[in-house]
Amino acid sequence: MIEQPVLERVLHTALSTGGDFAEVFAEDRQNGNGMLDDGRVEQLTSGRDRGAGIRVVVGDTTGFAHTADLSENGLRTAATAASAAAREGGGGVREVALTRTDVPSPNDVQVLPEDVAKGDQVEILRRADAAARAAGGEISQVTASIGAGRKRVLIANSDGLLTSDDQVRTFLSVNAVATGDSGMQTGRKTIGHTIGWELFDRIDIEDFAGEAAQQAITKLRARPAPSGELPVVIGAGSGGVLFHEACGHGLEKDLVDKGASVYAGKVGEQVASPLVTLVDDGTIGEEWGAFAVDDEGSPARRNVLIENGVLTDYMWDFLRNRKEGRPNSGNGRRQSYKHLPMVRMTNTFLEAGDTDPDDIIAGTERGVYVAKLGGGQVNTASGDFVFGMVEAYLIEDGEITEPLREGNLIGNGPQCLRDIEVIGNDFAFGGPGTCGKDGQGVPVGDGCPTLRVSQLTIGGTAA
Amino acid sequence: MSATVSNDAGTSVDALERIAERVAAQAVDGEQVEAYVSAGTSTNVDAYEGEIESLTQAGSSGLGIRVIADGRTGFAWATSLEDDIIAETLAEARDNRPYAEPDEWAGMAEPDGVEPAQLDIHRPEVLTTPVDDKVAMAIELEAMVRGADPRVRGVRSASYHDAEGAYAIATSTGIRAGGRSTGAYVSVSALADDGDASVIAGGYSIGRSPAELSLSEAADDAVSRLLAKIGSTKPESGEVTLVLEPRLTSTVLGIISGMLGGEAVAKGRTPFADRVGEQIGSPLLTIVDDPTNADSPGAEPFDDEGLATRRVPLLKSGVLEGFLHNSYSARRAGTASTASAARGFSSRPGISARALTVEPGEGDLESLVAQVDNGVLASALGGLHSGVNPISGDFSVSVEGLRIRDGQRAEPIKEATLASTLQRLLLDVSHVGADVEWQPGGTGGVTLLIPGVTLSGR
Repeated sequence: MIEQPVLERVLHTALSTGGDFAEVFAEDRQNGNGMLDDGRVEQLTSGRDRGAGIRVVVGDTTGFAHTADLSENGLRTAATAASAAAREGGGGVREVALTRTDVPSPNDVQVLPEDVAKGDQVEILRRADAAARAAGGEISQVTASIGAGRKRVLIANSDGLLTSDDQVRTFLSVNAVATGDSGMQTGRKTIGHTIGWELFDRIDIEDFAGEAAQQAITKLRARPAPSGELPVVIGAGSGGVLFHEACGHGLEKDLVDKGASVYAGKVGEQVASPLVTLVDDGTIGEEWGAFAVDDEGSPARRNVLIENGVLTDYMWDFLRNRKEGRPNSGNGRRQSYKHLPMVRMTNTFLEAGDTDPDDIIAGTERGVYVAKLGGGQVNTASGDFVFGMVEAYLIEDGEITEPLREGNLIGNGPQCLRDIEVIGNDFAFGGPGTCGKDGQGVPVGDGCPTLRVSQLTIGGTAA
Repeated sequence: MSATVSNDAGTSVDALERIAERVAAQAVDGEQVEAYVSAGTSTNVDAYEGEIESLTQAGSSGLGIRVIADGRTGFAWATSLEDDIIAETLAEARDNRPYAEPDEWAGMAEPDGVEPAQLDIHRPEVLTTPVDDKVAMAIELEAMVRGADPRVRGVRSASYHDAEGAYAIATSTGIRAGGRSTGAYVSVSALADDGDASVIAGGYSIGRSPAELSLSEAADDAVSRLLAKIGSTKPESGEVTLVLEPRLTSTVLGIISGMLGGEAVAKGRTPFADRVGEQIGSPLLTIVDDPTNADSPGAEPFDDEGLATRRVPLLKSGVLEGFLHNSYSARRAGTASTASAARGFSSRPGISARALTVEPGEGDLESLVAQVDNGVLASALGGLHSGVNPISGDFSVSVEGLRIRDGQRAEPIKEATLASTLQRLLLDVSHVGADVEWQPGGTGGVTLLIPGVTLSGR
């Protein structure tokens, strides 16, 4: 994307007002998406976004500028703008010599997005639509979207780092609407992996779309969710979002440093049930939050955050690690070259326990079984979190009975971690997620085994 | 490149219009071509502990090209306005087109003779104010919040942000539109101790230029919301009257207006399809979308297909009057566009309200709270993206705020949810305040009272 001598000269310009550290993050992103709605492939879209973000750090102050002009001139103009925030620095001039480091990709991509025939996108969308509609006469509408994107990044900094990554992500989602006497209900299935088009050799499109439709049809006979506190069994897979919200964000070191986390000062303490071992791992080859290097050039790593209930470490970004002389944890990420990096999660998951998941349900007298969680959010300062039940059922006398309408579940992170009573010996990753923080979205994965929390508050309307 | 269209005097609408017109002019027989071009600059300052934490100054641009022929639509976008990229983007859109299936209603907007409102929404001060002054505002805001009360333990973020930008739309069907605008805001979030945990709350001030911002308003807002949260507990479950302050009314109205989009109607994805002329809301509710009202931060002379915006009545005394349309949904419904097309350069035109308002009723937050025997005054609703389904209407959100007893503000609450359906919330509104407050999304909210909402806690 940019020649090494150009990068060296741009970093030199960036440091000319006395910066302690400078970085060039260049990105070239290409996306191709297809959208089916209302029984028709409405449109294929191609997108191209290319540019660079340059930051200059002096003490605790960061100057940042970005540009879509990757010529030496464009980059040096951006470097000068970024250095403006550092103008009160010492005015030193530093030469930068870059050394290239290649980090192998965590996965092997077989079919690149640019090699996919556009007609293949259309064919999968059509099959998904037909299968969803065939699931039952109740299905009144289907939307499906498919896409593949390639993101190539090049990162160089004044410590001499020069590295790159080439990330490919592919996804399919199907949304179905079912209509009945009780109104309309929705069902949704999404799959996404950090691999190429070979994703579609591995799934049965018809089964996949049929499940989205079945979810909507089942919910037509759903009754209002209960209101109040109940034991909650969370199914393997999408329940990982619980940990993303209940403690993941609170373990981000930037929030900890600002006193905005309930987990500040708790390293080495028992913060969860001894059953809980929580890991954040950007190296898991195919999951949605995987990469070779993060958006600051640090290789992805497996980081154990909570081990047997004891808080072992936070997640860190490059500058915080650099300041404290720690190894990089690979959690510095950004939405694009137009954004500054922050501490972010990658693939966050709870390790499996040793109980048969059937026994977990059988051991629950009355409660809620959440087969699928939707998105959530957390107030890291208080630890209070909320997330949506997309597919949930009542548990009565140890058996799953009636389907429930959608609603939110709420709880408090530290309390919820202590209230985990039992963890299953199954495990699954959930669907692809987009995690939002301070207005930036990044792809993340999460996963968990079946588990039971002794009580969470269910935001329904039934007594 | 944005460098050629933006300079110290701002972003050049003329330059963008020339690019858009040049693309649209390349349409061949039987083909419609639309170019949507935008560019702009922005400044962002984050202050922390009296210093600049980060200072971002950047320019960006984007281009979206839509091509329609034989009812098939192709689309492509890029973030560069260089000639070779523009040519490549047009070629990509054309290449994508044959893969779409024919849609008899596909097409671009056509000039409809409606004159655009004259709106003064561009303030050169955004560009002429020295960066140092913008930095000083963020630092001062942080200091104001830190010094406001001994219980304020810290500030998570204090920011100044502004943007200046322009856009142009041209189509081979004769649409020519363009314009530019500015916006600015400051925002702050503050922390306080609350037993073993912390509470956090935010405040902001918005305007079209730095001079229109009030630091003290943002600081007071954050601090008063913060202090009100200390000592919150989980409430008992039960049925309550929900008091929505103007800020939250805007949030809920935004969701409801999404259910009144012509595309959702055409595709059977809203419970309000086929209900025009029926009572879907309380007789106290009259709602319009009026982007020609310069008081709204969402005011715009054109929609994103280049039609002049206009006043769109949605609810009159609770009766559904009509839907929001772009040219596609209007054609499909056999009606005229309401100029409600909304998009960025990287997406095709969708439908959105820009400047929703509720016709003011009587009273303000204080006088309406005094009428509530058993209620919750919400200060924040959470989980809106996960717990509110605009297709089924299911509504379940987390809530923080104050209990209201016998017309008085009582204890603060947290870890609770409110549940109902969007359909019921609209019908059950029992009082509408007169206290219109414009919100960043463009909506003018008022205080609403809604009885019979389920509060879940202990």
